[in-house]
Amino acid sequence: MFDEQMIEMLWEGVIDTIYMTVASTVLSYVFGMVMGVLLVICRKDGIAPRPVLYACLDVVVNLTRSFPFLILMIAVIPVTRFIVGTTIGNNATIVPLVIAAAPFVARLIEASLLEVDGGVVEAAQSMGASTWQIITKVLLPEALPSLLNGSAVAAITILGYSAMSGAVGGGGLGKLAIMYGYNRYQTDVMFATIVLLIIIVQLFQMIGNWATKRSDKRVF
Amino acid sequence: MADPIIRICDLEKKFQSKNSEVYALKGINLEINQGDIYGIIGRSGAGKSTLVRCINMLERPTGGQVLFEGRDLCRLGDRELREARRSMGMIFQQFNLLMQRTAMENVCFPLELIGTPREEARKRAAELLELVGLADRAKSYPSQLSGGQKQRVAIARALATNPKVLLCDEATSALDPSTTDSILALIKDINRRLGITAVIITHEMSVIEKICSHVAIIAGGRIAECGPVEQVFYHPTTDAARIMVTPEALSPEKLPCERMVRIVFNGTKALEPLIGTMMLDCGKPMSIFYSDMREVDGVTYGQMVLQLPDDAEAIRRIYAFAESRGLILEELNCVR
Repeated sequence: MFDEQMIEMLWEGVIDTIYMTVASTVLSYVFGMVMGVLLVICRKDGIAPRPVLYACLDVVVNLTRSFPFLILMIAVIPVTRFIVGTTIGNNATIVPLVIAAAPFVARLIEASLLEVDGGVVEAAQSMGASTWQIITKVLLPEALPSLLNGSAVAAITILGYSAMSGAVGGGGLGKLAIMYGYNRYQTDVMFATIVLLIIIVQLFQMIGNWATKRSDKRVF
Repeated sequence: MADPIIRICDLEKKFQSKNSEVYALKGINLEINQGDIYGIIGRSGAGKSTLVRCINMLERPTGGQVLFEGRDLCRLGDRELREARRSMGMIFQQFNLLMQRTAMENVCFPLELIGTPREEARKRAAELLELVGLADRAKSYPSQLSGGQKQRVAIARALATNPKVLLCDEATSALDPSTTDSILALIKDINRRLGITAVIITHEMSVIEKICSHVAIIAGGRIAECGPVEQVFYHPTTDAARIMVTPEALSPEKLPCERMVRIVFNGTKALEPLIGTMMLDCGKPMSIFYSDMREVDGVTYGQMVLQLPDDAEAIRRIYAFAESRGLILEELNCVR
């Protein structure tokens, strides 16, 4: 059905897509984790209330999340050029992906951490735990299954964004779908990229489910 | 007597809502001595949980002092407060164990917080699990344990840092009666063997009766009455206390209200056939509506509710008899 060259391109697309998705997810978690934790501890009934900081973060997160990804990608082009030196290719795609995904990840983490029973946090406080100890020894470990579950959701969302970036110079399967499937009317290529994306999504979700289940000590 | 380990002076906690102030606690004064098992009882909403949470500053009082070993906890900085909290273990109604850690790791948790080396912490945790009778469940996760076992793990965890006080916030309220008894026995055992002062918050009379040496009755955010258990229970002086200590079977709706009296046995007298002698003496039969006797530290305590005969002469003789034996007859109608 496809010649060798096309198969190679598709394979390369798969690798690029996974690379962009995984790298962006990891970086989004670095920033999102900080924001998510701050959102939880700084809220009014949190363990270190800072109403002003909370309000600012809340607005920033909501603002960033209101941008459609395609628009955001174009809007941050100067930033991308400053950090990576170019605006096309895999690495250049990671910058807008992280900017778009980090606030989303922050919300996911916030939701996961808020699931931790307040009583357990209180027990830790009654034992003289500091704020940092509560974060590292109570909130994050107790929320781990939920956090892992959320990371699969995040990775899949970022995968979707990365495909969109094909429209403005990003690489991966999105680029193939747009260049061959859309511009050249090669429906078979379009079809192949969709199948490959479905497989990758399934893969992420399966890994996420497996890790969640394995880490959770609550249900047997 | 030595200074009390916990002294609460004029404690006040008010909650601010949009256009009103609500006092959860007001004018609370309490002294808890080293080695006491101090019960604090009240109905839900009376403020008893707020009170115990003010003792370790989980809830910041809005006025007054909480002195722990002479230091006012309200004035301590974060770091000093964290240190003071390590001298006060706390257990909760919902156990509040870390669900992603084993029993052993849960007990190690407070030790990790103070940087105890891992091996030492595990050794101490193993001892504590042994003490609470769960040595064989060290590797179990909380979800694999029963309610009573979870509370035992929580007790072991609360004891890990060698606290001087154990605060129990409705610690048995989520447990069935026989598990409650075993947890209470454990708390008493810990109090005796380790000399740890216990503060027990509960809404159940039976918990106070079983293990407490002292009790404070809290109603509407104020202490209605406090003192040694037998004094408060058998000779309540306030209405709030009377309502609280009256067993449910004795609630006014359930009793005929005429000529009801309560006799309190406060010592060894229950061993004599007192009531029989009394009936023979007045020559009239009486109905016994309620009787509850128990031994506390080898002494018999209890109360009995009788309906006196409808005969003025017999009643006179009964009162004379009671007086001669040092019994107090309390008319129950006043509960209304």
